[in-house]
Amino acid sequence: MTTGRPDAAPLSELEVARIRADFPLLGRSVRGGRPLVYLDSGATSQKPRVVLDAEREFYERHNAAVHRGAHQLAEEATDAFEAARATVAGFLGTDPGQVVFTKNGTEGLNLLAYAFSNAAAPGALDGADPDWARRLHVGPGDEVVVTEMEHHANLVPWQELCRRTGATLRWVGVTDDGELDDRAARLSEVITERTKVVALTHVSNVLGTLNDLRPDSTVVAAARAVGALVVVDACQSAPHLDITALTATDSGVDALVFTGHKTLGPSGVGVLWARRGLLEAMPPFLTGGSMIEIVRMEGSTWAPPPAKFEAGVPMAAQAVGLAAGLDYLTEVGLDRVHAHDQQLMGHTLDLLADRPWVRVLGPEPTHRRVGAVAFVVDGVHPHDVGQVLDDSGVAVRTGHHCAWPLHRRLRLPASTRASFGVYTTLEEVDAFAEALDRVPQIFGMAG
Amino acid sequence: MDLYGELILDHAKRPQHAGLREPFDVEVNHVNPTCGDEISLRVHLDTVDGGAQDGALVLRDVSYDALGCSISVAAASVMAEETLGHPVAETLTTYRHLHAMLTSKGQDPGDPEQIGDAVAFAGVAKYPARVKCALLPWTAYLDALARAGADISAASEHGDRVDP
Ligand SMILES: Cc1ncc(COP(=O)(O)O)c(C=O)c1O
Repeated sequence: MTTGRPDAAPLSELEVARIRADFPLLGRSVRGGRPLVYLDSGATSQKPRVVLDAEREFYERHNAAVHRGAHQLAEEATDAFEAARATVAGFLGTDPGQVVFTKNGTEGLNLLAYAFSNAAAPGALDGADPDWARRLHVGPGDEVVVTEMEHHANLVPWQELCRRTGATLRWVGVTDDGELDDRAARLSEVITERTKVVALTHVSNVLGTLNDLRPDSTVVAAARAVGALVVVDACQSAPHLDITALTATDSGVDALVFTGHKTLGPSGVGVLWARRGLLEAMPPFLTGGSMIEIVRMEGSTWAPPPAKFEAGVPMAAQAVGLAAGLDYLTEVGLDRVHAHDQQLMGHTLDLLADRPWVRVLGPEPTHRRVGAVAFVVDGVHPHDVGQVLDDSGVAVRTGHHCAWPLHRRLRLPASTRASFGVYTTLEEVDAFAEALDRVPQIFGMAG
Repeated sequence: MDLYGELILDHAKRPQHAGLREPFDVEVNHVNPTCGDEISLRVHLDTVDGGAQDGALVLRDVSYDALGCSISVAAASVMAEETLGHPVAETLTTYRHLHAMLTSKGQDPGDPEQIGDAVAFAGVAKYPARVKCALLPWTAYLDALARAGADISAASEHGDRVDP
């Protein structure tokens, strides 16, 4: 798995120019004719034409309710949906049977968190493999571990699980440099025999920190040693890195999620991957049509996974669109996508280092970061920084980026974040830095 | 850019009447959950005894502690100026006009006769995401009035609800 230093060459200027031509939105202007500089791909990525075409073609040629209907269109729609699942499986280096389509990353994490509390219902684990069943049992005295750098999507569902079950939430801290405090000695206080789940992000959506989740990393090793399930939030790594190592047989990771709309796909689709035994043992999250085996008035039984977790008519067009987006990334080559990100990251950090009134958050070395650079301008609120950038056509995110506890940890109410996509150029980073120079001008600080 | 007029920047740098003071009737805390902006606000109400305003409810003190962007801090400062010492009824009219201006998407330039320095926020109306910043102190203010027992129905055009 990646240590943060890609072997591949970054994308050339010409290659990025060709890529940009595939993204219709990037050609538009904003705020009275200024060229758009989109540095908010961490919130959502723009979509290449192949994704839009794939969705449109599904609706124009094959639309029908997936897994229902005895007609040709229903067959074609089902084939397209299952082919999309196979593409996702390829992207993750896993088997299609282990790929569950969800609405987004948030739903995937809730699906997992609810599996634990639903498992506590009488009979919920009947017939389940005893080892997985034991690992799914969470109650008073048990502990769920997250980190202080989680997006709310990988924090609140676990808080709520603890509230429903009487388990206790614990967390791994974050250092002043924005790294996980994953020294073995510290971890041994947090991850103990009582730990049932360790849920953590691969890449921080604020700091860009790339967490070391290799099988022998301190976190994964500590979780494994106590038999805790390891859940990885790959929402911010999937768009930039080859994440197939996380699903490898011996990775030590039990489940992961990512979200389609950050990974060149449409909104409305996300992915959950989990170990086969875990998927078989986990009770369903949403129930209803499509996920059942036999339904009687008295009660029902469930279809095997992944169908068990896909209640109702699924988001077939969006899944097909996502598959096209993932194919696009694969075609560029994820090593090169990562190398491109590293080049943008290095350039951004250099330009910000030239501006002493900017304080960059997160790890200093470029290779410890992926996708995003959050910063503060001392004396100016991030909202105001973002507004000035927007006035120059530069789109960034401001606020706590759904990571409020992380900001509290860094003693900041909010920050400004620039984030990259495969289509981001070095010139856009230059334009961002230039627009940023208006901040001290407008707010009258010594610039 | 038209958003950051001199008046807003001045108020943001030197917020008027800032800091929580005694005595007060109620204190409220409001946050903007999307950006984390926060305000704590206290009101101290009094009924005028005698004179032209006999029986009117007035703001003896409005004090606050605001943490946030320049727009929300400046809005708190202007809110304090436009309410401190004024009759409650008059401040509700001010709020109504200000709210109309802020939610007009730039159509309503605001009337200085009605809203005083708050006309400086006319530019905010063109940035829907910032309207909540400008309204946060006022939302807190109305909440504080209501909790202090004042009738705030005149804050909305329909007189029955406040929906900032
Ligand atoms: C790290 C991380 N996890 C989870 C999510 C949630 O993704 P979604 O909002 O698509 O469910 C996001 C995106 O905002 C994220 O950045």
